[in-house]
Amino acid sequence: MVSFFTDQPIDSAALVRSVLRPTDGAYVLFEGVVRNHNEGKQVESIDYEAYLPMAEKEMARVVGDVRGAFPDVATAVLHRLGHLVVGDASIAIVCASPHRAEAFDACRMMIDRIKQTVPIWKKERGPDGEEWVGWQCKHD
Amino acid sequence: MKVRLLYFAVLRDVTGKGDDVLELPEGTRAADVWQRMRDEYGALREYVHPPMTAINESYADAGQVLRDGDELAFIPPVAGG
Repeated sequence: MVSFFTDQPIDSAALVRSVLRPTDGAYVLFEGVVRNHNEGKQVESIDYEAYLPMAEKEMARVVGDVRGAFPDVATAVLHRLGHLVVGDASIAIVCASPHRAEAFDACRMMIDRIKQTVPIWKKERGPDGEEWVGWQCKHD
Repeated sequence: MKVRLLYFAVLRDVTGKGDDVLELPEGTRAADVWQRMRDEYGALREYVHPPMTAINESYADAGQVLRDGDELAFIPPVAGG
């Protein structure tokens, strides 16, 4: 089984080559990158971690849903884990399609769904300290 | 019965460990285990309701009754991408 995760820098060009078919007229490549600020705080690096076996399953579920919604679109997705610095790509998604509209829509659906359900966490580090993103909002 | 409890992200920092094996009475629900964690760790006291819950690598309702050999994880707010 091909993993959706890597601890190495992402080679987006290779990801594109892995999905592109002669019938495709367009592909959309989305990369999420580490930015130097979040909610008013400076960010120098982010550590990503995942509940790996479950994250693979949830990622496969998202990919399956996107393919169900866009049957003509070929997809690939790779999420990086570990220590990333500003400018590093944390995720790359490729959606290739005979026509561009479906490629854009599929790519948008893919990243939105991944952010909602796949058990991945990030700890931001900066001059003000470190914190797990999302934990501040209380559950009561 | 024995249940393996996994700690990720902020919960690993709070507990200082990656996992535990818990000896629990029959009928224990995932939410009961969360309550037990809140009793044990002051940093979790204000989090009345558990984060999302996973049993055996799938999302589950916190009210689900655990079974012997289950793998339980509380999933803090996810932040992929």
